[in-house]
Amino acid sequence: MFLINCPFCGEREQSEFKAGGEAHIVRPKQPTELSDDEWAEYLFMRKNIKGIQFERWNHVHGCRKWFNIVRDTSNDEIKVVYKMGTKPPIK
Amino acid sequence: MKNRYSIFSLIKNAFSHHENWQKAWKDPSPKKEYDALIIGGGGHGLATAYYLAKKHNMKNIAVLEKGWIGGGNTGRNTTIIRSNYLWDASARLYDHALKIWEGLTQELNYNIMFSQRGVMNLAHNLQDVRDLKRRTHANRLNGIDAIYLNTEEIKKFCPIINTSPNIRYPVLGGTLQKRAGTARHDAVAWGYARGADEMGVDIIQNCEVKGIKRENNEVKGIETTKGFIKTKKIGVVAAGHSSVIANMVDLKLPLESKPLQALVSEPVKPIIDTVIMSNAVHAYVSQSDKGELVIGAGTDDYISYSQKGSHDIVEGTLNAILELYPIFSRMKMLRQWGGIVDICPDASPIISKTSIKGLYFNCGWGTGGFKATPGSGDLFAHTIANDEPHKLNAAFNINRFVSGDLVDEHGAAAVAH
Amino acid sequence: MTKNLRVKTSKFIDETYRISFKFNGKIYYGFKGDTLASALLANNIHLVGRSFKYHRPRGIMTAGSEEPNAIVQLHNKTARTEPNVRATEVEIYEGLEASSQNCWPSVNFDIGGINNFLSPFLPAGFYYKTFMWPASFWEKYEYFIRKSAGLGKSPTKSDPDIYEHKYIHCDVLVIGSGISGIMAAKTAAKNGLKTLLVEEKPNLGGSTIYQKSEIFKINNQFSGSWLENEINELKKLKNLEIKIRTTVAAFHGYNFLLARQNLTDHLPIEHRKGKIRHRLLKIRAKKVVSATGSIERPLIFDNNDRPGILLSSAIKRYVDLFGVACGEKNIFLTNNDTAYETAISLIQKGINVEAIIDNRENIDSKLLYDLEKNNVKIYKGFTVVGTEGYKKINKILVMQLSKDGQRVVGSKIKLSCDCLGVSGGWTPAVHLFTQSGGKLKFRDDDQIFIPSNYPSEQICIGSCNGDFTLNDIFINVPKSLKKFLKIKKTEYENFEILSEINKSKRNIWLLPSDKILGKTKSFVDYQNDATSKDIKLALREGFRSIEHVKRYTTTGMGTDQGKLGNMHALGIISETAGTKMGELGTTTFRPPYTPLTFGTIVGRNVGEYFDTFRKTPIHEWHISNNAKFENVGQWKRPWYYPKNNEDMYQAVQRESKAARDSAGILDASTLGKIDIQGTDASEFLNRVYTNAWSKLAVNRCRYGLMLNEDGMVYDDGVTTRLAENHYIMTTTTGGAANVMGKLEDYLQTEWPELDVYLTSVTDHYSTISVCGPNSKKIVSKIFADLDFSDEKFPHMSFKNTKIGQINCRIMRISFTGEHSYEINVQANYGKSIWEKCMEVGKDFNITPYGTETMHLLRAEKGFIIVGQDTDGSMTPIDLQMDWIVSKKKYDFIGKRSLYRSDTIREDRKQLVGLLTDNPEEVLEEGAQIIANVKKTPIEMLGHVTSSYYSPNLKKSIALGVVKGGKKMMGQKLIVPMENKLINVTISDPVFLDKENKKLNA
Repeated sequence: MFLINCPFCGEREQSEFKAGGEAHIVRPKQPTELSDDEWAEYLFMRKNIKGIQFERWNHVHGCRKWFNIVRDTSNDEIKVVYKMGTKPPIK
Repeated sequence: MKNRYSIFSLIKNAFSHHENWQKAWKDPSPKKEYDALIIGGGGHGLATAYYLAKKHNMKNIAVLEKGWIGGGNTGRNTTIIRSNYLWDASARLYDHALKIWEGLTQELNYNIMFSQRGVMNLAHNLQDVRDLKRRTHANRLNGIDAIYLNTEEIKKFCPIINTSPNIRYPVLGGTLQKRAGTARHDAVAWGYARGADEMGVDIIQNCEVKGIKRENNEVKGIETTKGFIKTKKIGVVAAGHSSVIANMVDLKLPLESKPLQALVSEPVKPIIDTVIMSNAVHAYVSQSDKGELVIGAGTDDYISYSQKGSHDIVEGTLNAILELYPIFSRMKMLRQWGGIVDICPDASPIISKTSIKGLYFNCGWGTGGFKATPGSGDLFAHTIANDEPHKLNAAFNINRFVSGDLVDEHGAAAVAH
Repeated sequence: MTKNLRVKTSKFIDETYRISFKFNGKIYYGFKGDTLASALLANNIHLVGRSFKYHRPRGIMTAGSEEPNAIVQLHNKTARTEPNVRATEVEIYEGLEASSQNCWPSVNFDIGGINNFLSPFLPAGFYYKTFMWPASFWEKYEYFIRKSAGLGKSPTKSDPDIYEHKYIHCDVLVIGSGISGIMAAKTAAKNGLKTLLVEEKPNLGGSTIYQKSEIFKINNQFSGSWLENEINELKKLKNLEIKIRTTVAAFHGYNFLLARQNLTDHLPIEHRKGKIRHRLLKIRAKKVVSATGSIERPLIFDNNDRPGILLSSAIKRYVDLFGVACGEKNIFLTNNDTAYETAISLIQKGINVEAIIDNRENIDSKLLYDLEKNNVKIYKGFTVVGTEGYKKINKILVMQLSKDGQRVVGSKIKLSCDCLGVSGGWTPAVHLFTQSGGKLKFRDDDQIFIPSNYPSEQICIGSCNGDFTLNDIFINVPKSLKKFLKIKKTEYENFEILSEINKSKRNIWLLPSDKILGKTKSFVDYQNDATSKDIKLALREGFRSIEHVKRYTTTGMGTDQGKLGNMHALGIISETAGTKMGELGTTTFRPPYTPLTFGTIVGRNVGEYFDTFRKTPIHEWHISNNAKFENVGQWKRPWYYPKNNEDMYQAVQRESKAARDSAGILDASTLGKIDIQGTDASEFLNRVYTNAWSKLAVNRCRYGLMLNEDGMVYDDGVTTRLAENHYIMTTTTGGAANVMGKLEDYLQTEWPELDVYLTSVTDHYSTISVCGPNSKKIVSKIFADLDFSDEKFPHMSFKNTKIGQINCRIMRISFTGEHSYEINVQANYGKSIWEKCMEVGKDFNITPYGTETMHLLRAEKGFIIVGQDTDGSMTPIDLQMDWIVSKKKYDFIGKRSLYRSDTIREDRKQLVGLLTDNPEEVLEEGAQIIANVKKTPIEMLGHVTSSYYSPNLKKSIALGVVKGGKKMMGQKLIVPMENKLINVTISDPVFLDKENKKLNA
């Protein structure tokens, strides 16, 4: 049970949040121009990283805001939390 | 078999105080080159090696295991085996496995304790009822044993279920597959390992894959913690770690690896003689031969390789268990643990060639891979040996995510109106 | 016949308070403060249970939660029965009833004991090697295996007790109240930190509290007396909360811990009623101090499991704390000084100690000299090679150890005794530390694993960190606390410590025997009967990792989870395989530390609190009008309203007919409602629905279909444009929360440039749908000021109005195909408006209908229900709803997926109508559809998704999905049931009023 530092509300229990998978996958601006392969890449293919992962979380039972987290998926340690639309503070 | 197991060998060995038993499998160092390498020494990987050797005469092969065989999801699941799946492709795949399960103890000369005590799936709302009836009809037409039970019949088959109409989500009906059941998970890995070893397969433990060498989009070998091993064919059966291997060759898979938890109670005398699953309230339970209640929880929603999940999931599962079996309130949880399950968007597996020649993936089994172990191994061996899928796993190719022909096993669980 | 072995008054026992209890049906007496184990020992009862596999007689071995043998069933056959309870942890109370487990007919004479004689044929893993012939017999073998397995019996009645959860946030959590824990708690609290101290046992002070001996002194006081003063001071501190009988079960990441506080298990049954049995504490601690102590190790030798063989520290606890002697002729077997401490305690109390068998050859210990002065014979460099006595030890066999400790030499000495104390040194209790993700390192000196690096803000202190002596504790604990709590000073510096204990140890994991190993039974895991030869067999068969050996031999898998034997298993593997202990690692310690009651984990989430119960503001009316309810998501929706003993079929036929003939009324409040505002609201809807929205006029309504990005139908509903930049969207009941989440996701993460605001208003409105040819008459009576003419209020339009002071939103929309109105009012007025409708509608036979009739009515019109007629694999094209998919729009969620090679195939399953040849025959929902009957597997073309007998059409109708169904109009197919084949014809899915005359009537 993580403690997640919501950038809008502060530190809260994991149970208030919902995970939203890998971050920084941008929805194509012109989907119709994409091949089936390229569309599948956006739709389904994931890095599913073991180690430092950039991911999306939603404070669903709180402010309802989406934001990003950098987390080590091998031990679940949260490194940084940052707002949606901002550049990741670490590489 | 040089070291055949039977009651007679057991008695014979008793007189020499069991000091003459042979190794169930050897502990070889890797050779320089193999005809094929299997990455992952779980049940599926060992079964793949076994069938490659047995049915395709590929004996110069090895299984590479990062830790110890059977130490991943094979040794962490709730051992449920069934084949009552909805879609034709799934039903045939899992029933192929179930048919092998039925003779596996004898085939491996290793008692895997396959126990056909039946699996019941419960319905708790009207859509569940429709979905389970739909599945029962489909199973019957596919030649898979399945019957639909009403609430009274469920109570009769398993008297300890709370079938009161006044509970929060009453039991409205359910299905029963009598051929389904459980098996002893460790024994499956060990039995296949012993069988494969006997045919000359090298089982190499504590050997972690560090990289895959390619030339001209063709595999050439594997870099491991025990050195470089040359090969032309690589079968990846790394379950939760499939993406880790795929990322080594810049291949993206439609997978997310998530925590899945399970727990057992303290052992008690027989109280449940079947397996009961309930998707709607999320609880499944059986009782092991040792007497422990074996309870499966759900997955967490985040990606993790930590083999730990959140307590809320365990709590939610036990809430559901006590809803259906209030008599277990004073039972005690003895042990809980977590595994890493690799889940596809359509909750169906991938047993497929890839865009890289000589590289094959068997992954995406999600929460239900154990039941498929023998079938998965058999079909993956076929795919590797022939460089093309068997008709039973053709639908489970990677390309389905491109073309849109998904085998959507969880889509059917939508709740609306 | 039973002797009284209560030897000395202990201040921890209230001898003025006698308690009677039953064990195996016989009445015994103990005192307040006794555990079941201490009370049984006081009555000279050692034999408590039988082991798992060989049914060997077993007795009390420990005095704590590490007990493997003395486990009992409490209150058998009552609602409060509990299996597998450790006698060492049960505090006795008046009326306690305990019985032995896993034995028949009795613990004294157990038929299963025959297994002990068959044991040569039952080595580790024997079941993998046999029961294979004949194949069909496995079920029969298994029946007997299952019957003989298991320990206690599951309860069979509902639990009368209640449980609850409590969240605790603290600065410092201290686990364990031994001397180190008390020092930590006091230091933390005195430095202004909010501190919680939890202790598993009913009293504080660990094993120091009863130290009243010259060999341990702190500032010239007995260490026990010193600690007592500390505890008294501690109890006065304001920042500190102390919870006794509280066991930390799990230590998760982010310093989240679960502890079970036991509140009533020590009370007589009649005093428990209405009280909370256990409280599960969910603790978030900024810092955690583990002072969890250590567990004494047994020793591994032939027949080391007999009743009467106890850990030496347990014997000490029984005599010092409970005033109970475990025997009258005590002998100890040890490899370190611990047994000497116990022997001194016994002698102080006048209890006979015959001898000490010490594995060590050269011992320079003050304790030894003290004992020798008391005529205790010390066998230096000796070991025990065997024991005798079936149900209670009566003799031990002693031999000298060779120099290298690998063999025994010389002749065998037989000593008689009635109690053997064993001590193999100590194992730090690092379970919680490793659960939290901590890694261990191996300390060669005394062969223990101790914490290496901490994964969170936590430390381990005292003996769980390898500091076993008072000297070490007073050097290291203050140092650790200062660093960890970031403070300059503790109260515990420059103390004068006297500790006579000698740290030397001669560690031999498996003691040598004069017999060959195969003829011995030296238990490593007592409960599961795993012996040293089982471990060696596993290694011989190629099982190398500790996890393999554990699983093959079941070592460490009993209810004690190997608290005693796991280290020996590792040691034996290490010695046999030639791998260093440090490299071998340990098995993973998994939560919980001690078994945790399901009810405790579940707390109050039972019965009606199992899940949130959502009901509409009109719920009470439905109840008083005899509605039957259907669970839809968390909602309770009226399913049908039977009248005069109608069954569901009859009620639904009546309701459906009334709705079409005159008027029906439905509580639609459960539908999801999302308020959408902002200058880009129309553009937002363009992107989330398949159809176009920009041109929808204000005060008009439109049906929308929402897809997943994979092109499959996700949700549907009517959205109304309330103003230029203001819409109200309706979703399905079950999909509401997910739709809301999905829309927010797109808005915040993909299209943050859009000026749109979403608010869920599902619970803010009551929604009442009035339908039927007379619906207009009814609503126009209620809303008399409103012009309901078709010109002013056409189908798919909206009006804002008032009834008295109450704002109402009225939409003329229909899910039944009838002329109908949907009235939305502030939720708390819902019931009165509903009642008003009923009252006004009386003249028109207004009939309330539930979900079942709603389903039937919409099926007559061929309207889909997402989730019933779709299953996550249907595109709008598959549903023959091409008309709603905009060709002009550049993009919408899921659009691209509709043009993949497999989603444009014409042989996909498509929605069709199905008419049975026999119009009276109603198809089963979920039944499959085929073209030909052949041998299995039969090719399935699709299935029936919705099916009803239509009272309005006077025939059976159904919707279904069929491969390529669009092009099969009029074609004959078969619905195969188990016992018959039903002939059907594919039809248009719209069965009634294709021209929409009724809508506009």
